[in-house]
Amino acid sequence: MAIGTTFLGLLEGGPRHGYDLKRAYDERFGTDRPLSYGQVYATLARLLKNRLVEIDAVEPGAGPERKRYAITPAGVTDVERWLSEPEKPEPYLQSTLYAKVVLALLTGRGAQALLDAQRAEHLRLMRELTQRKQEGDVADQLICDHALFHLEADLRWLELTAARLDQLAEAVAS
Amino acid sequence: MIISAADLHKSYGRTAALAGASLEVAAGEVVAVMGPSGSGKSTLLHCVAGIVAPDRGTVVYDGRELSAMTDPERSALRRSEFGFVFQFGQLVPELSCRENVALPLRLDGTPRRAAERRADELLSQLEVADVARARPGSVSGGEGQRVAVARALVTDPRVLFADEPTGALDSLNGERVMELLTTAARERGTAVVLVTHEARVAAYSDREVIVRDGRTPALVS
Repeated sequence: MAIGTTFLGLLEGGPRHGYDLKRAYDERFGTDRPLSYGQVYATLARLLKNRLVEIDAVEPGAGPERKRYAITPAGVTDVERWLSEPEKPEPYLQSTLYAKVVLALLTGRGAQALLDAQRAEHLRLMRELTQRKQEGDVADQLICDHALFHLEADLRWLELTAARLDQLAEAVAS
Repeated sequence: MIISAADLHKSYGRTAALAGASLEVAAGEVVAVMGPSGSGKSTLLHCVAGIVAPDRGTVVYDGRELSAMTDPERSALRRSEFGFVFQFGQLVPELSCRENVALPLRLDGTPRRAAERRADELLSQLEVADVARARPGSVSGGEGQRVAVARALVTDPRVLFADEPTGALDSLNGERVMELLTTAARERGTAVVLVTHEARVAAYSDREVIVRDGRTPALVS
């Protein structure tokens, strides 16, 4: 996740303090991984250095001064460029699951039990996400669906591999 | 356990559809029966529901062994204690959706008005009250399946058997059917035996049972 560009996008609506940015980010995109304050202020420092944001106001407080950040025209251009560029699809060619299956076969352990255990684990997570989706709003539903479709793809691969285990065992033995 | 099926064997000619499959279902539990095409999962459902007699093995429903029952006893059991949903709703085309849902109650002697009132409650819960007067041929696939679920639940069965209930629907409609089906079943304490090859559908269950080559080798919780 490009935290910097996401901050810029959030700042397009108006200037915000670092704390507000973190809260807005966590609410919308953080899901299970909220940002640390270290990440927030390191990101803002980088955006400042690159002149993508500027200090809009400094408010004295009981503790350290509170800075309010605003996006610059260069920052807006950066957001525009980011949104217009397609993300590079994951190639998915380095798979731990695949490596485990091949190693299980190479070492004569058999891979069926491994595939069954993995299927159960995937389905457990899919149940959790399905439950969360049913209780959530449309934003929750979409992020859960994104995860569910990927897990489903893994499961289809597990089924296909289970069906071709004999063939794969022959190939790795040769 | 409300259902205990053990070591089921069933062959069609020389083809063994089941070769030692087992299935246990607790009251109110939603169990997904998964497996590749041709693995025997539908045959397992048919045997457990008393639609097909296994060649070997036992199916015990609520303490009663299905093979020890007469055909009329098994039919009565299916009508009163079980509900069924298949891939294609199998609604009666000449009847309205309301009449389709009321049909199982009418066959059991419930007066028309009471049966249709009950049907309307179910149609509302499945969010298809607006198609009550329509014929099945004029409603969408998703609506038709919800009507079929309403019909399957109208008698308050203790077990609902669903064989690929979303197989003919797109993913959005399929998920809505699954949400409504499992919510309605859980509210009533109805157990569900759900045959599916789709993981996203199985994710609505409490646990899955895998069928492979007519066997249920791994009972995974």
